[in-house]
Amino acid sequence: MPVLNILKLPDARLKQLSTPVERFDDALRAFIADLEETRQAGPAAVGIAAPQVGRFQRIVILDCSTTRKPVPNHGHLILINPEISEWDGYEIGREGCLSVPDYTGNVIRATHIHLKAQDPFGEPLEFDMEGYEARAAQHEIDHLDGMLFIDRVVSRRTDLFRRKVYRKGRKKAEA
Amino acid sequence: MTDWMMMTLIGADRPGIVAHVTRALSDAGVSLGEASMLRLGGSFSIMMMVSAPEGEAGLRRAMTPVLDQLGLRMHLDPVDGGLHRHQIPNVRVRVNGADRTGIVADVTGALLDQGFNILELDSDVAGDSDSPLYIMTIEGYSDRSLDALTRAVEGLGVNASVSPVETLIG
Ligand SMILES: [Zn+2]
Repeated sequence: MPVLNILKLPDARLKQLSTPVERFDDALRAFIADLEETRQAGPAAVGIAAPQVGRFQRIVILDCSTTRKPVPNHGHLILINPEISEWDGYEIGREGCLSVPDYTGNVIRATHIHLKAQDPFGEPLEFDMEGYEARAAQHEIDHLDGMLFIDRVVSRRTDLFRRKVYRKGRKKAEA
Repeated sequence: MTDWMMMTLIGADRPGIVAHVTRALSDAGVSLGEASMLRLGGSFSIMMMVSAPEGEAGLRRAMTPVLDQLGLRMHLDPVDGGLHRHQIPNVRVRVNGADRTGIVADVTGALLDQGFNILELDSDVAGDSDSPLYIMTIEGYSDRSLDALTRAVEGLGVNASVSPVETLIG
């Protein structure tokens, strides 16, 4: 199984829209094995999306089970044709990307999502995700739509910080 | 190996400072590295890594007209630095409180005692002149536990919250 070449900015193909998977065959599953090997070969990535290796199909791998500080997660996930149907809450977090080496930035993401997908055999999957895992899913699904986290990076001075601080202060005062 | 200088520019804010300064640098063949540019209290400040093919003397020559035109003051320091040396923060500290002398010194001093290295700090004074509110966000790196850091900033008379920054790579 080969480690695949990861597309890096400014490669314009990262902006390409990926198409749904229709054939759940051995070729698909062989590709997924290569994609997983590629994810593990690089810096500790919690996810990878097929377009990052130049295959423009809606395939994502996620694994938030090995973070330094444990977070709620569903283990190692292969998500084919993933779709987020519900979003709730928002939070700033720091992200980087295998396709944008040596750069990290703050991005606002939904804190809770409901996600539907298929497994490598075409069987339906459904998850409620929160926090870090929800962030990872949003980052990877963005890749399928030709979006990178740097398209969503917010200024350090963004208003969200203040609103959160105020809200926290108010809660304390009420308690 | 590129020789970098740190260029500091300060002047009254007006439209066009960044465009004119970077055009002058580009015309002189100067490369830019990491930069921070910000309006602070009506002044505009630029701190920027620059690498000049003709060294400091050539850089000063190239900059003089634009500095005069825009009323900017420039300071240059040779630095033993380079690109791709980012440190990734693992802790974020948010602080707010009634503005008083010493908030920054108190909080950062308490963090320093915990071996906290500040990588970025943004602070601002909100509210109004009768009841100013000091707001600060710090990102940095520390080996200590969040509990230890939280205890360190408690009891300083400000609202301070310590949260982990778990950088997601995907
Ligand atoms: Zn990515």
